[in-house]
This record gives sequence, C-alpha cells and structure tokens, in this order.
Amino acid sequence: MAIKFDKKSDGVYTLDCQGYVCPHPQIYTKKMLEKIHSGDVLEVMFDNPSSSESITDMCSGSGNEIIEKNVSDGKYLFTIKKG
Amino acid sequence: MNEVAVSDGLIKKKLWALGIVILFAIISISTYAYNEYYIYLSAYLWFGFIYGMCLQYGRFCFASAFRDLFAVGVPRMVVGIMIAVILFALVSAFVTATGISTFHSSPYGIHSVIAGFIFGIGMVFAGGCASGSLYKTGEGSGTALLVVLSISVTQSSFVDIGGWMNKLVPAAWHESATAKGLPDRITVGDGWIDQYLAGYVWDQPITTFAETLNFTKETFFGAYVGNVLIGVFVPAVLLLAGVYLIWGKKRHIKEVIGEKITGISLRDNLAGFWQMILSSKRTAIAGLILGIACGLQMFVIEGLRIKYGIRNAGEILQRIGSDFGLSIRGTVFDPGYWYVTTQEAQWVGWVMQKLGWDNTDNIFFGYINGIPNPALNPADWMSLALIGGAAVMALLNNEFKFKRPQRDLIKWALIGGALMGIGSRLGLGCNVGGFFVRVANGDPAGWLFGLGMIGGAFIGVKFFNWWTERQMAKEMASLNI
Repeated sequence: MAIKFDKKSDGVYTLDCQGYVCPHPQIYTKKMLEKIHSGDVLEVMFDNPSSSESITDMCSGSGNEIIEKNVSDGKYLFTIKKG
Repeated sequence: MNEVAVSDGLIKKKLWALGIVILFAIISISTYAYNEYYIYLSAYLWFGFIYGMCLQYGRFCFASAFRDLFAVGVPRMVVGIMIAVILFALVSAFVTATGISTFHSSPYGIHSVIAGFIFGIGMVFAGGCASGSLYKTGEGSGTALLVVLSISVTQSSFVDIGGWMNKLVPAAWHESATAKGLPDRITVGDGWIDQYLAGYVWDQPITTFAETLNFTKETFFGAYVGNVLIGVFVPAVLLLAGVYLIWGKKRHIKEVIGEKITGISLRDNLAGFWQMILSSKRTAIAGLILGIACGLQMFVIEGLRIKYGIRNAGEILQRIGSDFGLSIRGTVFDPGYWYVTTQEAQWVGWVMQKLGWDNTDNIFFGYINGIPNPALNPADWMSLALIGGAAVMALLNNEFKFKRPQRDLIKWALIGGALMGIGSRLGLGCNVGGFFVRVANGDPAGWLFGLGMIGGAFIGVKFFNWWTERQMAKEMASLNI
C-alpha cells in the first residue's frame, strides 16, 4: 500500500499515510498543504504517534488550522484548514 | 478545535500493559531466586524499561529532532533533547564528582564528525535513530523492527570484515595496529575496523572539557563548571539560540507580543525564546526523567560492582555458570549506563558465531565486548526491556498498533539501518552512546559526533524532499490541484 492522495469534493482533499513512519506523514502533509489553496481542507490519516505532535506544531507555526483531531486505537485523523 | 478520542478496547490494552510489567517482574524475581547475581541483569532490565517509557512518552527521537527542524520547521524535539542533555549533564556531574562514574571519554577527531554524518543520513532515511527505532518497535512498528535488524546485522558484519577491505587500510594504520601488542588470538592486521580502531582511533586524544580547562573532573567544581557549564550548557544554549533565530522566533515571539512587528526588544526575544523552551514540555519532562534515570543507573551499577567486588559483568556471567562468549580479557559489554547499538551487534554476532562464523578474532567482539548469550547479556536485557517499556506506555495511551512494514519503506529501513550501523561503529556509539551520553559527560567527541549527525540529517532531508516531490508528482497527477 502506498501513500494515497484523493480529492473528496471541491476544496476537500484526503491524504492517507497509515502504515508509514516518520517523516512521511509530516512531510507529505506539509507538501500537500503547500499545493492546495487557502481555505481548502485536508484530511490526514496516519498511525505514527509522534507525527501527531509534529503535524500539530507545523500547522501552528505555519498558520494552518487543525479544525478536528480524531484519535481511535492508534489511528489518527486530522482535519486541517489551510490558512 | 474539536478533539475526539475514541478508546475502544482500552481496558484490554491496559491488561496487556500489566501483563508486560508482570512478565518482567517474574523474570527478575525468579532469576534472583535462582541465583542472586541475576540482580545485576535485572538492574539493566528495569532501567531499560524506564528508558522505553520515557522515550515513548516524550516521542524522544534524535532523527525527528533534526529532521523535523530541517524538513518542516518544527524545533520542538531539538529543544527537548537539548533540555534533556543539560538535565542529564547535571546528574552525571554529580556522579562524576562523587567518583563513581562508569563513563569513559572517547578518542576524538575528524572520525567522530564523519561517523556522525553517516549516522545522520541513515537516521533520516530509516525514519528513526537507534533509540527511536527501538521505542517505535515497542509501539508495534514493523518498519522500526526492520531498522533495528539492519543496524544489528550491519554492525556485526562490519566489525569482522577483512579480505578486500584490508586493501583500503592506510599503511600507517596497519603498522600502528600491529605494533599495539594485542594477543595473537586477535588478528589485528586482518580486518578494516580492527586496523581503524587499533591503528587510528586509539592514537587520537581523549579528554573532557574539565581536563581541557585544567580542572580536576572528579571535583564538584571541575564536573559542574568544566563539564556542565562550559561543555554542555553554553554550547546547548548557543545551539538553541540559533534554532530560535532561524526557526522559532517568527512563531514564538508572536505568542508573547501578538502582532507587533516593529520595535521588538531583547526582552521580547528572551520571552519568545522561553516560550519555545516551554513548548517542548512533554519531551522535556521525558528528558528530565531520562536524565535522572541515566545518572541513577551509573550509581546502581557501580554500587552492585562494589557489592560483588567485580569490575565487569563478565565476572557475573562466570559466577552464574556461563563463560561462553566472554572476550579474551574475560569481559563483556557492560557500560553501566544507557547504550543501544553495541548489544544489537552482539546478539547478531552470537547468532553468526553459532552458525559457524568465527568472529571472535576481532577487537570489537574478541578483545572488548564479547558475544555472550543474548539471554544472559545485561545490555540486551536493557534493550528488550526498553521495547517493553515503550509498549506499556503506548498501550496505556491507546497508541499501540501493529503495523507491518510498507513495501516501499523496506528499502529505506534497510539502507538507513545499515548507514546507522556503520556510523555507530566508526563513532564508537550511536545517538545515545556517541552523542547524548558523551555530551552530557563533558566529552568533546560527543559534540563532534553531533555536528556530523546534524550535517547528515540536513543532507538526508534534502534528498528526502527531492524524493517525495517525485513521488507526489506521480501520485497526484490525476488530482489536478
């Protein structure tokens, strides 16, 4: 299984990094956020716990807002709105 | 922000965590009941367990520290690690000043930088440093386990390879190595690492910051002023100041002064700097406990050595009836503090020896560390318990999940692990034994290894960025963003 990119609807994208260790989830999230437009939403799925803090800090420092964090049995789903 | 944490099956996971603790307790109690000398191994076990819990809680990973800084501009982990180094240094200085430190400085030179550089590239490729890969194995990551295997196999092979690699040995190393008068059983003139160690590394200077300043390191003044203040605190604060100015200022100063963009004073910057330090609280807490535990381990192990009248665990193994795999001097690897990579090389070395590879004629196994049965190797007890401790913490926080290695990550795990294995042997330690422990004990070789490690991480990130861009261009072509 490779990292999956998808467009869910207009302005809503998904990035599935499940099974991937550092630095993949945070690097792909950063690059994806650079590519989408301001106001677009990115849903990131991953299961590497330390990426959780890295993505949170990265968003906080770059003006992107995490509007929802969903954590369930080692799986993370972050919904990020590009600033 | 809306946060949802679903914790189905948490009770089951807590029971698993309890099961791991009970298993370790049974091992400790039953082996002690069988023979009291096993308490020496159990001491390593429980410190490993504490290290594992701290590493997982603090996400304590050196690869993450420098990689996240260069790749995504997040300074959190590098700040946390520097805080941990300072805290560990404070504890280590006390141990040194009281004269019972088990730490020995390493020869320093350009090799320390080169080793760190190779290690730094490897840890970025692998997705975790040597200790980080161990704790991530405890989180259920199959990729991290592959990294650990790759580090282990590479090291144990690298230290024994001669043949065509002998041709790469400078004549001066060969002459110097053969002149060292090592026992005949150690074929010091055959093997690249043997000649590197005896012919080059052993000829390099050894010191501490305290000794460089003409202080006696076994005094409180020497240990705290020479090693901690000059050798750790000042360089760590300078490094953090650089991190703040390049990566942290823009974000953290905003948190203390709002949107003001002109007239930012030194006081504002100091407040921003402090805000950056506070933002790494979780890693810093882990670092504090790690620092205390590392120092305490030195006390406990040295205390046990005094109690049993020994200088090395090799004597413990002999007393419990296992003299297999001792070095030619009757010793085994017994650092007395936190260490990661040597014991990884040892267990594979032991397996290779059982499969017929004569690897006891080299310096690393045959003269210094031995290849004891992993079931009786104190340092292996520490590493296994580290994985267990990380698993317990991950289970308690509902973060444990079995993850089999992704096909496209396997190559990175193997290449990265191999580079870390080579870097570890060239630098006589990894991010823990080669950097963290050394820096905290005032050994300049630690900073040189760290300098190389940061450079390697930078190059590794540059390569990774290029590679991910290519991947994304292919994968996202259909998205038309």
